[in-house]
Amino acid sequence: MSDLDLLKSHPFCRGLSEQQTQALLAAARSVHYPEGAVIFREGGAANAVYLLLTGRVVLEQHVPGKGDVQLENLVGGDLLGLSWLFTGARWVLDARAVEATDCIVLDAAKVHALMNADAALGLALAQHVIMQLYQRLERVRLQRLDVYRGDR
Amino acid sequence: MSELASSMIPAPLQVVSARRESADVVTLTLDAAAQPHAFEPGQFNMLYAFGVGEAAISMSGEPANPELIVHTIRSVGAVSAALSKLGPGDVLGVRGPFGAPWPMNRAKGNDLVLLAGGLGLAPLRPAVYHALAHRADYRRVFLLAGARSPSDLLFREELARWQQSQQITTLVTVDHANQDWKGLVGVAPALLARIELEPLRTVAFVCGPELMMRFSVRELLRRGIAEERIYLSMERNMKCALGFCGHCQYRESFICKDGPVLSYQRIQPLFWLKEA
Repeated sequence: MSDLDLLKSHPFCRGLSEQQTQALLAAARSVHYPEGAVIFREGGAANAVYLLLTGRVVLEQHVPGKGDVQLENLVGGDLLGLSWLFTGARWVLDARAVEATDCIVLDAAKVHALMNADAALGLALAQHVIMQLYQRLERVRLQRLDVYRGDR
Repeated sequence: MSELASSMIPAPLQVVSARRESADVVTLTLDAAAQPHAFEPGQFNMLYAFGVGEAAISMSGEPANPELIVHTIRSVGAVSAALSKLGPGDVLGVRGPFGAPWPMNRAKGNDLVLLAGGLGLAPLRPAVYHALAHRADYRRVFLLAGARSPSDLLFREELARWQQSQQITTLVTVDHANQDWKGLVGVAPALLARIELEPLRTVAFVCGPELMMRFSVRELLRRGIAEERIYLSMERNMKCALGFCGHCQYRESFICKDGPVLSYQRIQPLFWLKEA
């Protein structure tokens, strides 16, 4: 499958025109991460967005005294990295491939330029990221409520 | 003795084995060989810890083996704490089975999604046994199970076996884990995103803390599963288990008699109310 086909197959590009997807392709590269590879670390420059195709990635937070705590897994079809939407942002979590993972990596600066040049593309991508954020927020709320403590 | 009288008098049964599932959860197997105890997946018994009191506990064992009654109990109150301390040879009182079961027939010919959170896996385990024993009756069978942490997972060996089985797709996740855990991390309802659902050919059974079920229902509806295809096991404080005393009243329904398994369509108007 070509990079363009891979890009088209990812939910991030759902609803985009052929021309818009072609434009994103110019910012894209395919990357393979072997099992155990660190994809990014907390504090690093959030300069890319990762469209996961296959494999599994864990988001982790280092907690002093407890080590690395796993927060959530992401798999094929998911978007890894939300901070990139904001210029100059830094990653707030670690991301590590727990299984061999294939993804398309989009250069954040190039995506920003495309979003600025094409308002419809900008809106579509921003909406997608917001939806991902919203769904992650829902999951985090449930996680935080610790509902299984004392259930019967 | 009338049926009513017999359903009010606990039968003394002996504990055959007590298996510790986690720090505060134990699975008791009771000898019912003298009085085989047929039940349907999702039903419950009233278990009587002598001198302490009764509690409603779902069956978690094999419906096809009525000579052994299995209950999985978390120690959260006086009665469940007393039951949790029982060991082989001890005797407890049993009334039941009571309540409306999982609608296994309704799910025939469909994909069956069993979504469990925490101790909610216990009332769903008989449904898994049933689906596997009648595998041809169902299309795909999914067991999606969530727990607080790896050490809180119930039936670990069985889950591992089902994860290897071609008969059932089993996904297990935990809310929190350190790096030793190699499985999925995240909340149970999020597992629905990990399977390809065919909404018009899917029936979902959900069991877990009510908040987890609210999130699950929202996610199922979002994925196109119709209200009438979603079933929940509700929990309320039960006393008589016969629909007389009203302790478990859920407006016009009694959880002990009309439930514990109820269709979401039936309880939808109440489900989102704060006090129902």
